Amino acid sequence: MATARMTASAAPTPTGEIKAKKRLGDILFSGSTVTAGWIIVVVLAAVAIFLIAQSIPALIADPADIKGAPASFWAYVGPLVFGTLWAAVIALAIALPIAIGIALFISHYAPRRLAQGLGYLIDLLAAVPSVVFGLWGIKVLAPFVRPGYEWLATNLGWIPLFSGPVSGTGRTILTVAIVLAVMILPIITALCREVFLQTPRLHEEAALALGATRWEMIRTAVLPFGRPGIISASMLGLGRALGETMAVAMVLSPAAVISFVLLQSQNPTTIAANIALNFPEAAGVNVNVLIATGLVLFVITFAVNALARYAINRRKAFSGAN
Amino acid sequence: MSKRIEVNNLNVYYDKFRAVEDVNLTIEPRTVTAFIGPSGCGKSTFLRTLNRMHEVIPKARVEGEVLIDGNNLYGPGVDPVLVRRQVGMVFQRPNPFPTMSIRDNVLAGVKLNNKRISKTDADDLVEKSLRGANLWNEVKDRLNLPGSGLSGGQQQRLCIARAIAVSPDVVLMDEPCSALDPISTLAIEDLIEELKQEYTIVIVTHNMQQASRVSDKTAFFNIAGTGKPGKLIEYNDTATIFSKPTIQATEDYVSGRFG
Amino acid sequence: MASTTSVSLGQRASLTAGQLPRFSPIWLLVISWIVVGGLFTILVLAGITEDFNLVGTVFFGTLLYAAIIYVASRIVEGARKATDRLMAALVTTAFIVALLPLVSLVSTAVISGAARFDVTFFNNSMRNVVGDAPGGAIHAIIGTLEITGMATLMSVPIGLLTAIYLVEYGRGRLAQAITFLVDVMTGIPSIVAGLFAFAFFSLILDQPGIRFGFGGAVALSVLMIPVVVRSCEEMLKLVPNELREASFALGVPRWLTVVKVVLPTSVAGIITGVMLSISRVIGETAPLLLIAGFTQSVNYNLFDERMMTLPVFVYTQYANPGSDVQAFLDRAWAGALTLIVIVMLLNLIARLIARFFAPKIAR
Repeated sequence: MATARMTASAAPTPTGEIKAKKRLGDILFSGSTVTAGWIIVVVLAAVAIFLIAQSIPALIADPADIKGAPASFWAYVGPLVFGTLWAAVIALAIALPIAIGIALFISHYAPRRLAQGLGYLIDLLAAVPSVVFGLWGIKVLAPFVRPGYEWLATNLGWIPLFSGPVSGTGRTILTVAIVLAVMILPIITALCREVFLQTPRLHEEAALALGATRWEMIRTAVLPFGRPGIISASMLGLGRALGETMAVAMVLSPAAVISFVLLQSQNPTTIAANIALNFPEAAGVNVNVLIATGLVLFVITFAVNALARYAINRRKAFSGAN
Repeated sequence: MSKRIEVNNLNVYYDKFRAVEDVNLTIEPRTVTAFIGPSGCGKSTFLRTLNRMHEVIPKARVEGEVLIDGNNLYGPGVDPVLVRRQVGMVFQRPNPFPTMSIRDNVLAGVKLNNKRISKTDADDLVEKSLRGANLWNEVKDRLNLPGSGLSGGQQQRLCIARAIAVSPDVVLMDEPCSALDPISTLAIEDLIEELKQEYTIVIVTHNMQQASRVSDKTAFFNIAGTGKPGKLIEYNDTATIFSKPTIQATEDYVSGRFG
Repeated sequence: MASTTSVSLGQRASLTAGQLPRFSPIWLLVISWIVVGGLFTILVLAGITEDFNLVGTVFFGTLLYAAIIYVASRIVEGARKATDRLMAALVTTAFIVALLPLVSLVSTAVISGAARFDVTFFNNSMRNVVGDAPGGAIHAIIGTLEITGMATLMSVPIGLLTAIYLVEYGRGRLAQAITFLVDVMTGIPSIVAGLFAFAFFSLILDQPGIRFGFGGAVALSVLMIPVVVRSCEEMLKLVPNELREASFALGVPRWLTVVKVVLPTSVAGIITGVMLSISRVIGETAPLLLIAGFTQSVNYNLFDERMMTLPVFVYTQYANPGSDVQAFLDRAWAGALTLIVIVMLLNLIARLIARFFAPKIAR
């Protein structure tokens, strides 16, 4: 009998929903918030539409008109895509271990009172404009690391990555990657820090109660819990490194090559830096070519960010915290 | 100012789920009515339908009618905003506006609605409301300090002052003492006793002693089990409910045998 | 805490035995720095390097410390404890390593920027600056203020209203779509934003080589809006629902509740978020290089002609030097120092507002 009543009641009847009279203020206000939301939709659609519209001439143009006369547009953009990914990946490889170290230092090693202040200090790195990083990279970092490069080429030159001759200026892709690593350090650190701080206290205390040292506790409780967070943080850092322009444009001495060597003067450049360096003087179809490379960059960063979000969402689903 | 509430065949839904089933009851003016029952039995949900506050939750809806002096709150074209001006509400946890002073908190109902009020009228209203809430003597020297600086019990009385400042016909209280210590609770209970001279008061409480102390009539709600709707089991004079209830479930509950 | 200096392995039974003295790690670190510093001093004295290498001293000294503490702990405390000490040392090293570029960058900017951080720099443009005339960046500062100001004027209303929509009204498809698109927008590289502004205005206005300040403001808005939406959303979500309910229960309509209760409660956080988002875009170079271009003269008009901005000023001073290279470089550093000061001030003020003006919400 009870079940019969339940099913009967499950059918909604229209009497429950009375359309109350709308107030003018409510209509205007909620209307303007919806409009703002739609503006974002429109802007993004416009970004896609106008980039594509301006890219089409580049794809159908005679490759001979493109700067450097490559075989096709894709032959032009190929080395740039390689350079973009290569620089970003090295940067990530440098930044990730350091960022995890800093995040652990702030979350689990530094004294409680200092921890927040130290966090701000790292955040300050994120506040430095990229053009200043570029200036610093070329005037301070490049000369500073050059002796180190000499040493690497002499002693580890048998590893293809480090083969000589070493660039005389230090303006190599490795220097660029170091600058990029410093620039993405704060993002990765901030996200890792958040994740590490969310480690369930019980897991940590369980490990400590079993007689684990602090490092063993971190290895058994904190790092496994934080792994998805670390992955998504590094993807977001990678996305930032892919799109970074000025530091690369200023520090690197570019060439249109695909090459893995880190220390020589022939370096693959990145899409973003290539646009920044060539756009001011570009004319005619070369403007469209540069816009088309920008579209390629947009697609790459979008894919990387989508992967990062996927990792974050999967973590949310599994953590049970939400 | 006090008005009679009449509830006919009221059902409350959250989306497809029926939370409260088929309630009929009449609440007389100038009385205190207590709703008691185990957790999740729908008494708070039902209370919130009396000033259409449940609509704040997405997909919540109501069937049936609630008449206040004969006017159906759920009739066509009724503005929930106007309903809430007639039926005030005090919540479980004291929630004074943190950006406002004590004085502005009392005047919130007036000021938030962009109504103009002269300074002397405002002063009178603040004093009258705070006196009504038995708070005037404690705060009259610091009206311009933030409301969040008061103690929990004082904050709750401030919220009551805020609710009565818009001169409602009915005041709903959703477990107003559950976050307070016994002394503050006593102060609120005394206040309820005074407020009933002017207002119809409906109070949800978990505390049966409180229900028996402050209320004239008591309604007992219960559920058959999780996932089932809450129902009004028995509604009668408080003395009857607590001494010789007609239904076994009520007796079990008030005598502490379950819940 | 009692600590023993005894290193005898025979006393394992005691709880305090077999440990390094309490402050030994700090002393070891200092000693390592001194030792490595000594080595670098010798290099300087021997004429192999020109200057004393402070950064190298800190870096290699910290590494030396990590090695020593591992060995010492391994001998005295055993393998597990030694690994623990090593990891602690490495984690500390990571932090110090991250501070080195910050310190180096800020100190270089201050030292190199001080040469031209003078009144002339803030009074003059680069118009007709030839030979050893000092020149200045007033045109760039005006441009930066106008373009960033315009971008803020466009981004804050859109961003704040969208955040209000998402938190207070948004249900269903549109809200989900907007949340997703804001995420996408966050990931747009700054140069792509510049390309968009260029592609848009050159097509709409039919000027293939268009350069003007307003385009730069649009590009910056594309970068700024998602940041504003995210931070405002966070702040609005912090406002407890109880306050909204209290307001509704007083018979206040929804929109007045948002305007008079929710927004005032979260205003400190919103201002902080807006200032941080300004500090993020004020240093953007690439999009402005593309669409605002560069010039030597003051231009007040956002809607016509090229407009110089501070980051682009720094870049062009470095990239296109005249005959007196040092003068250009000095101006570049002075510009960089100005930028850093602006950004750090914005950050500092934002954090102070967040700390002192946030209303106390009972939790």
